[in-house]
This record gives sequence, C-alpha cells and structure tokens, in this order.
Amino acid sequence: MAMTITEKILAARAGLKSVSPGDLIEVKVDLAFAHDVTAPLAIRVFEEIGAEKVFNRNKVALVADHFVPNKDIASAQQAKRMRDFARKHRIKNYFEVGESGIGHVILPEKGLIVPGMVVIGADSHTCAYGALGAFSTGVGSTDLGAVMATGEIWLKVPPTIRFEYTGRKRRWVAGKDLILYTIGLIGVEGALYSAMEFAGPVIRGLPMYQRFAMANMAVEAGAKNGIIEPDRETLSYVRERSTLKPRIFRSDPGAVYAKVIRIDVSRIEPQVAFPPSPANDRPLSTVGKVSLDQVFIGSCTNGWLEDLRDAARILRGKKAAPAPSSVRPAAGPAWAVTWGSSQRGKGPFRRRTAISSGAWGTRRARFISAIPTWRRHRRSWDALAGLTNYRWLLKNTRLRCCPRPSSLHVRTKYASLLGMSGA
Amino acid sequence: MKIEGRVWKFGDDVDTDLIIPARYLNISDGRELARHVFADVRPDFAGAVTAGDIIVAGRNFGCGSSREHAPLALKAAGIRAVIARSFARIFYRNAFNIGLPLMESGEAEELLQEGEKISVDLSTGKIENMTSHKTCSAQRIPDFMRNLVQTGGLVEHVRQNKLKKKTVRR
Repeated sequence: MAMTITEKILAARAGLKSVSPGDLIEVKVDLAFAHDVTAPLAIRVFEEIGAEKVFNRNKVALVADHFVPNKDIASAQQAKRMRDFARKHRIKNYFEVGESGIGHVILPEKGLIVPGMVVIGADSHTCAYGALGAFSTGVGSTDLGAVMATGEIWLKVPPTIRFEYTGRKRRWVAGKDLILYTIGLIGVEGALYSAMEFAGPVIRGLPMYQRFAMANMAVEAGAKNGIIEPDRETLSYVRERSTLKPRIFRSDPGAVYAKVIRIDVSRIEPQVAFPPSPANDRPLSTVGKVSLDQVFIGSCTNGWLEDLRDAARILRGKKAAPAPSSVRPAAGPAWAVTWGSSQRGKGPFRRRTAISSGAWGTRRARFISAIPTWRRHRRSWDALAGLTNYRWLLKNTRLRCCPRPSSLHVRTKYASLLGMSGA
Repeated sequence: MKIEGRVWKFGDDVDTDLIIPARYLNISDGRELARHVFADVRPDFAGAVTAGDIIVAGRNFGCGSSREHAPLALKAAGIRAVIARSFARIFYRNAFNIGLPLMESGEAEELLQEGEKISVDLSTGKIENMTSHKTCSAQRIPDFMRNLVQTGGLVEHVRQNKLKKKTVRR
C-alpha cells in the first residue's frame, strides 16, 4: 500500500505493515523531550503512574531553556525539580545553563535526532524536528509523563497535506517567509490534526536552518507534525553530528493526500506577520513604514547561528533612524537577541557576541550585545565586560531598563510565559 | 455510556487562557482551579455550573497555550463533556488524557441552546435535546479513547495496562 512519509514512520514504529489516516495506534518513542516549564508537571505524572525508572535513560532529553538563568525563586525550583530528576534517573541528555541553548535548536545540533525517529516533546513547537525527516509532535505534560514511563504513546494517524514549492525564490526570501505565506494561505486551522509535508525543488534547495523554521511553525496552522523528506543536505547534516543510524523514509508516488497545494514561490515576497495571528501575514512591500520600539531576533524558530548571520548581513553598516524627540528620548529601538545554539561561531561570533553591526540608536555602537543563553551567568558578564562598549551601551540606550544580563534573556515566543501563562 | 446535563454555550476560538487565565497557573489543585474557570469572560460561570453540565462551542475550542490546567479546571468544575465543531489538537489529547470526553459535531451548535437539558451517548455519538426532543449526531469517539475516559485518564490507563509486567512501586 502506498503511504506518505509520516504514515511510513508511524507504521514502522508501531510494528505494523501499513497504517491509514484515522487509525489509532500505539507507537514506540525514540526520543522524549521536555523543558523546565513542562518537565516538572510531567515528572509529577511519571511519579503518579508509579513508574520506577524511565523507559530508556538515553532516550529522554531535558533542556532548561525557558527561565534560565532563573528569574525568580519559583523558576529556580522548577529547574531544580528537573535537575534532581535527571540526576536520579541518570538522564544522559540533560542540558542546563552552562552547555544549553534553546531545546529545539540544540537537540538536532547535538545529533540527538536523525531521520525516521518518532520524537515526542512537551512543547508545541516540537514539530521542528520534522525537518530532519522524523515524525515529531508536541504533547501535554500528562502524555510526556506516560511516555517517560512506558516509551510508548497513543496516536491517531494524521491525514497528510502536501505542499509543493516551485519556482525561483526572490532575494531575502527564506523558509520562514514560505511558512508564513503558507499559514496565511490556509489559516491557523488550515492543517488541523494533519501532517504538513513540505516538498518540491524549493525545499530541496533550502539550507537546514530554514527547513527547521518551516517545520517548527507547522503547529501554527494546527498541524500535528511538519515533515520534509530527507535528502543529501539532511544526511550530511546528520552525519556531521550523530552516531545514530538514520532510517530513510520517502513518500510513495501513489500515496494518498488529503490535499496537494502547489505554491509558486517566485511571487512570494519577504513576509511580515501582523498581530494577532501568524496567519495575518502581509508581503513586505505592503507594510509601509513602521517605527520600531522593540526588536527581537532569535527564538526557537529562528535562533540558529545562521539566522543571526542573516540578521547581521542586513544590519551591517546601518543606522536606526532617529525617533522624533517629541515622542520619546531619541534612543532608537530596544533590542533583544536570543541565540538558541550552543555552537561557537567564527569571526565576530567567536567572541560570544552574536552580531557585530553598525549603529543602533542614534549614536554609534560597535556591538549589538546578544547574550548567548547557553553561557553561565558569570561568564556572560565576563564576556560582556570584555566589550568595552557594554557599559556605554547600558548608559546610552534603552537597554538600560534591563540592568542585568539575565533580564535580556527574553524570548518573545515565551513572552507570555514570563507572566507564568503556561507552555 | 450516557451523559445528561445542562448546556453552556460558547463561541469560536475559546482559547485556554479564557478557560483558565494565566494568573491562576501557579495553582495545580483542580478544585481550586475550578473556582476560576472562565473568570475573565464569564465570571458567573464558576458559581453557577453544576456537576454534569456540558459545554457546547464552535470551532477550535481549546486553542492557544497547551496548558493542561484548562481541561483540568473544566473537569473539576463538573463539566462532563465538551461538544464543539472542532478542537485544538493538544487540548484534544490533554482532555482525553485526564478523562474529559470531547465530541466533534457541526450541528450541535445550532440545535442546542443555553440552559437546555441534553443527553449524550458517548458510544454512538448521538446527542438528544431533551427540551425540544430534536436529535443530532457527533463523530463517534474511538473505542480506545472511550476506554481512556472510562478508566479515568491516561495515568490510570498506563498504571493498569502498561506497567503490569514492569516494576511498579505500589
């Protein structure tokens, strides 16, 4: 029977010859992931179940990436709960401040995910790993607690919607633009319960970090998972990082799709999503002039080193327009940059500052101080202290409202979380 | 498995923050959460809801943050089932996992009015309006998930079925 890549992975891990959309199956999990917000609840469920040990200590990944360095006592306690659990169960893949980053960036980077795996994570953007040709989906804490205990999960096989991207990309159009355009096209419910399969020559030409951004946002269209067939790019990415054996699945030519949507990318401009939803996107040329109060670069969708390079390439040598002094002191926009990667860069990136650029604010500054989330608190300070301009920056820009490095670790995806609003 | 109860009606896109506002997320006790359910949009709800009531809503119920506090608060408030045109995916899983059944029906929203008494058959998906005596149907809940609800949720299900062979503390 002809199947899609999603169906093939699920069938293989459920021990079945074939599956069809709508089937309820129990699937073996290759990696279970949680972070400092969702893990404590999952751990409680794990204990309620009465399990004594995790199903496989090498197949659980816990990453402290939301409230690190801890912003208050409550978040420190959450982190401690996860750390204690990781120690007790000798979880191999436990990452915290000193060697961490944003989970969705560092797990692929550390080679924990390879094609053909089933990855279950207690975070809605877990679908990001589909970029490697794995089945990957987000769940709640109860599900994850049960997965940690049993190594299995119940799933309903999703119908697949295939998106075929053809044509020639315009300059500056990246994976993020393609996915925003797609979500704008189908709406935030457009792929509800479904698998989004991204295909076509344009996808094959995308670098990995842009594929991750696409799969990462599948959930914003309501999808269960986003997936891209592994190709040479995928395999070379995986081989550089992982010793795990990839299992390559590809959709059969006769596979049944709920829908096939063809998109000619040559018409797509860089996209801007406006409030209140990612589906409310507009082509850049229709946006007009918008004055910026805050700029945020990073997140789990775009926190790759390459994303920051792209941003640097755009910003280099530029200077922010002075704001009308009647509006506010002419300080330019406030910046926050979160770098998800635990990788060290080259050139200006080597110095643990993410972007070297021209000016921001009305005066000239040498560096935009991106504070890497993966460094120990003190070492971040040291790294920053090494930048003679840092104190100058604090004095002369709106960053002074964030007196300590830790308060710069603001991640907009989780901005709502800062008010403790759940995952 | 039949449920009878009074209808509470809601519209489209009821997100988890409406169900339980973010400021209550430091509470994990169900009964305490239940006191704040729909605190911002329908402050009268928590006081007036009685055990056995049923929520009827439009599209995309439970969208937004994947917090499990939302289905937990509904269940603890006494809600026995939610019928909606569609549900957000993670909410859907979370609800069944804690033993709160959800049903998808496109007709229910038109047929059922606030305060009416209805009867819902979880095994067949049949919905009967006991006030107007009209009926409509919802998609049948798969057996596996109905069992999940009957067992009382995923924790109980795993405890009973999955860990028998493995080491269990109690």
